[in-house]
Amino acid sequence: MKRLLPYLKNYRKECILAPVFKMLEAVLELFVPLVVAAMIDKGMGLSNRKYLVMMTALLLFLALVGLTVSIIAQFFAARAAVGFATGVRSALFRHLQRFSYTQIDSMGTSTMITRMTSDITLAQNGVNMVLRLLLRSPFVVLGAMIMAFTIDVWSAFLFVAVIFALSAAVFLIMNYHIPMMQQVQKRVDALTQTVRENLKGVRVLRAFVKEQDQIGRFRSKNEALLSAQKKTGMVAGLLNPLTYVIVNLGIILLIRTGAVQVGRGRLTNGQVVALYNYMSQILIELIKLANLIVTVNKALAGARRIADALAMPAIEPQKLTEANYLEQVEGAAAVSFENVSLTYQGAGQAALCDITFSASDGQIIGIIGGTGCGKTSLVNLIPHFYEATGGSVKIYGRDVRDYTEQQLLSMIAVVPQKAVLFAGSIADNLKWGNDHADDHAMLEAVGIAQATDVVSAKGGLEGMVEQNGRNLSGGQKQRLTIARAVVGKKPILILDDSSSALDMATDRRLRDAIAALKPRPLTFIVSQRTTSISHADLILVMDNGRIVGSGKHEMLLESCEVYREIYDSQNAPMQGGQAV
Amino acid sequence: MKEKNLPIRQQKEIMKNLWEYLADYRFMIILTLVLSVLIVAGTLYVPIVIGRVIDQLRPGMTDIKPIMKYLICIGVIVLLTAIAQWLLNVINNNVTTEVVRDIRRDAFERIQILPLSYLDRHPVGDLVSRLMTDTDQLADGLLMGATQLFTGVATIVGTLVMMLRLSWSITLVVVLLTPLSLFVASYIAKHTYDLFKSQSEVRGEQTALVDEVLGNEKVVRAFGRQEEMVGRFEEINDRWFDISLKALFYSSLTNPCTRFVNAVVYALVALTGGFAVISGKMTVGLLAVFLSYATQYTKPFNEISSVVTELQNAIACAGRVLEIIHEKPQPADSLAAKELADAEGRVDCSGVRFSYDPQQKLIEDFSVHVSPGQNVAIVGPTGCGKTTVINLLMRFYDVKSGSISVDGTDIRDLTRRSLRSCWGMVLQDTWLSSGTIRDNIKMARPDATDEEMVKAARAAYADSFIMRLPYGYDTYIEEDGGMLSQGQKQLLCITRVMLALPPMLILDEATSSIDTRTEMKIQSAFIKMMEGRTTFIVAHRLSTIRNADRILVMREGNIVEQGTHESLMALGGFYAELVGNVS
Repeated sequence: MKRLLPYLKNYRKECILAPVFKMLEAVLELFVPLVVAAMIDKGMGLSNRKYLVMMTALLLFLALVGLTVSIIAQFFAARAAVGFATGVRSALFRHLQRFSYTQIDSMGTSTMITRMTSDITLAQNGVNMVLRLLLRSPFVVLGAMIMAFTIDVWSAFLFVAVIFALSAAVFLIMNYHIPMMQQVQKRVDALTQTVRENLKGVRVLRAFVKEQDQIGRFRSKNEALLSAQKKTGMVAGLLNPLTYVIVNLGIILLIRTGAVQVGRGRLTNGQVVALYNYMSQILIELIKLANLIVTVNKALAGARRIADALAMPAIEPQKLTEANYLEQVEGAAAVSFENVSLTYQGAGQAALCDITFSASDGQIIGIIGGTGCGKTSLVNLIPHFYEATGGSVKIYGRDVRDYTEQQLLSMIAVVPQKAVLFAGSIADNLKWGNDHADDHAMLEAVGIAQATDVVSAKGGLEGMVEQNGRNLSGGQKQRLTIARAVVGKKPILILDDSSSALDMATDRRLRDAIAALKPRPLTFIVSQRTTSISHADLILVMDNGRIVGSGKHEMLLESCEVYREIYDSQNAPMQGGQAV
Repeated sequence: MKEKNLPIRQQKEIMKNLWEYLADYRFMIILTLVLSVLIVAGTLYVPIVIGRVIDQLRPGMTDIKPIMKYLICIGVIVLLTAIAQWLLNVINNNVTTEVVRDIRRDAFERIQILPLSYLDRHPVGDLVSRLMTDTDQLADGLLMGATQLFTGVATIVGTLVMMLRLSWSITLVVVLLTPLSLFVASYIAKHTYDLFKSQSEVRGEQTALVDEVLGNEKVVRAFGRQEEMVGRFEEINDRWFDISLKALFYSSLTNPCTRFVNAVVYALVALTGGFAVISGKMTVGLLAVFLSYATQYTKPFNEISSVVTELQNAIACAGRVLEIIHEKPQPADSLAAKELADAEGRVDCSGVRFSYDPQQKLIEDFSVHVSPGQNVAIVGPTGCGKTTVINLLMRFYDVKSGSISVDGTDIRDLTRRSLRSCWGMVLQDTWLSSGTIRDNIKMARPDATDEEMVKAARAAYADSFIMRLPYGYDTYIEEDGGMLSQGQKQLLCITRVMLALPPMLILDEATSSIDTRTEMKIQSAFIKMMEGRTTFIVAHRLSTIRNADRILVMREGNIVEQGTHESLMALGGFYAELVGNVS
């Protein structure tokens, strides 16, 4: 929880002023029964009409001041609450932006969205209500008790007993209520996930005619949520009736002892009425307080979940300073791997084992191998997306760990396997690769990526890409993601199986265009087709996380069995049994 | 001015639709009404008894027995009232949560029959927010309404009756002044509705952004675009701050304002009551009752007004969910629709015209006739409409004109269910549901035995990697496959189809992420699977295309050439150009 408090700091003024004004309001309200008691005993008892009018004027004045004070308080409370929520939301989003690839793997998008929306709304309500009521309600309760002491000590002890009983009841109910609320939230999360998943996989689900199954799945989770909510409601619903009973028992006892005191002449009727009024005020405030506790509980549960998300360690952005500015090592290879191994968090098997190779500027490096053999893992180590668990990955002679993220990204452009574009214009998307690219540079990159027709079909660089690139086909997206990488003209370019959706002719033209770039970047091409990499200066053949062959195409055909098999599988003669 | 009228009409419409949901629970709602009346009667009667007791208190009084009778009476009423209160709370909670359950269910079920064009147009995050967050807010609003609205109204009526019986002149003071409270409350509510609505819109906008960014976080990082994303987020966040502050502040004015009106009423009752006591028309005890009534009479106005604000928000939220429920579904299967069983696999497309966007032509005149068991490869430059053909064959979208028929029946005259179960589909976009590997494979045929499942997995060469997962077939995978590689996911998708073995197949880039060595192995299994099954393959690999009985060469939405590999190569046209570039 402490983690979230700093976001209130900017609103320290509001956080102090709101409760203070609320307290003022409460003080004003506490005077009311006293004024009324005076009206009964002095005004009515002594038939003093003038006194009654004066006291009424006083009541009206108190109300007017109360109104002013309370509007001010509401404003400060709203400002602090909304400001807090905005700050936390921003902090959470920023925090998630600093997650490492490993953390992204384990982060659930739907859970994070719940954190960012409903949980923060809960927390906002919590702050708002706490500021409004936290001081006010206890103050009214204690104030009423103190007032009771000034009127009659014996009756005042009754107040103490009632307040104690009420607190015990509230505490007891809350004790059961909180865990139940957490259960409800868990089920909300589960239901959210079902909805999201269903929307994302709608094509597959419909293809398998799974609509009814999904409805069944949704229903059972929906019902599970309902039953948790119902149980919670049974407990939460006890609060008001229980407090009502306790306070009224208090009133009954109050009148009973009051009757004796009045009989002995120690109390006036007006004073009994005042005590009765105070007791009623305590009830009203305690109900507010109990509702506040419900809100606060929900808020705390939400805040805890937000704090948990914020507590996940994120990468601290390094600032580029003189100290970590690195001179390139003269004559060092552009990229080199030395006995690198990688085991993913929670995985039993190593994804990469003992990888060693080096590549220099302008070379084309082909990486080929079967599904899940570690090709993507290998290239992901170059921009330090994952931390190697053994050995060292060096760029221009320096370990990637010694570079800042920014420095690495300024040298390396990646085309990820999954072609993803973002809502915005094509130009917006391309500028991801290079903020300063002008139209000319962008069109050039588009040309290299063989995407000129895509861009013109969408009406030029200002053509719009919908969220997740929904209005583009797989191949169109792939080509734009390539253009996005190329536009940066960075010295190292990584193409992670990024032409899989392209037809062979386009793929060929793309390779040629990249090879013709001047200066030519050091290009890593991850592929499953030998045709895509046969022209490479160095081909790494991977199998099961290891390099099982490296060299040029012709050489590998001779010496590397795995490579030959791959090649044959793609270039087998047409005839002769089932060759393909 | 017009703008202001519209929301109110819309609100009425939304409330009417909401009532349809509430109507199912009308007996419970009636019970709630009865309980509310009982509770109000109880809470109103207690002060009267107390007033009588206070009037009996006098100096010198020694016998408290007559008082005890009253006090016991109070105790019993309080207890009964409390029980009724608890019942009311429980029933209200049950009804609101059940209504929200119903709305969520209906929205979800509606989504199942909405045309894909609707779902493709709406960001996932936005729909999720409507289904989950908006319904949540609706529940809060309804619950508050149900618990406080009835009791509020009943309290007002009850107090009025009681007060009139005690003194009509003081009652007049109360009745004349309280409308002020109502006026203030409704004024505030009217002005906050729009604010809440825009707040809900901004929230949807932000959820969509968060969904897009977090869902593709790796790409964002790979380009170091976190700052830009944060910038876009902050821009929306700032707008949210402004609108939210206004909404919260203005809606929170209701309480202080109505409380002020109440305080004025209270003061004036004390004054007029005081005069009445002096002139002997009233006792002090009765005045105490009156004062407590005056607060009880006005308190419901407070509550009703805050309920109204909350309901405004709830209605805005309900509107967004109900919009989904009232969205026009895809045309239902006609009553005359036939079941397609054991399709032979004759597929005829005649003069098909289709485009997603009326402004942009896509498929203009697509005709092809495929005899049962033929393997058809669709090739062509990217973006030529290959994937669209699949959308049409599966009836994810309906043709604009022309027709597609299977076994001689127009697919629009078949039930979607039977049509789709006759197709086995492996898409480029591999999607897996969260659940175990087993759940995912058996999705295709839930009644399959484990042996059949493993057999299918072996045939698709997925068995070996599945066995290497921590719990084999019982390994739980997160939404979207989590740690599985793209290729592994694709193998699972193929296993799914292998298990179902439907009479016709659609393979879209089915093997694009599988290495050719593995592919070669599956290919033979595929060929066995394709035997006697009509198959449409969208593929880029020569190896896949060569084997096809028929190759459709597409360009800009139309078939420009068709034939076998040999005949097309001999033709030396567009196909030869596509292939020629490769070798």
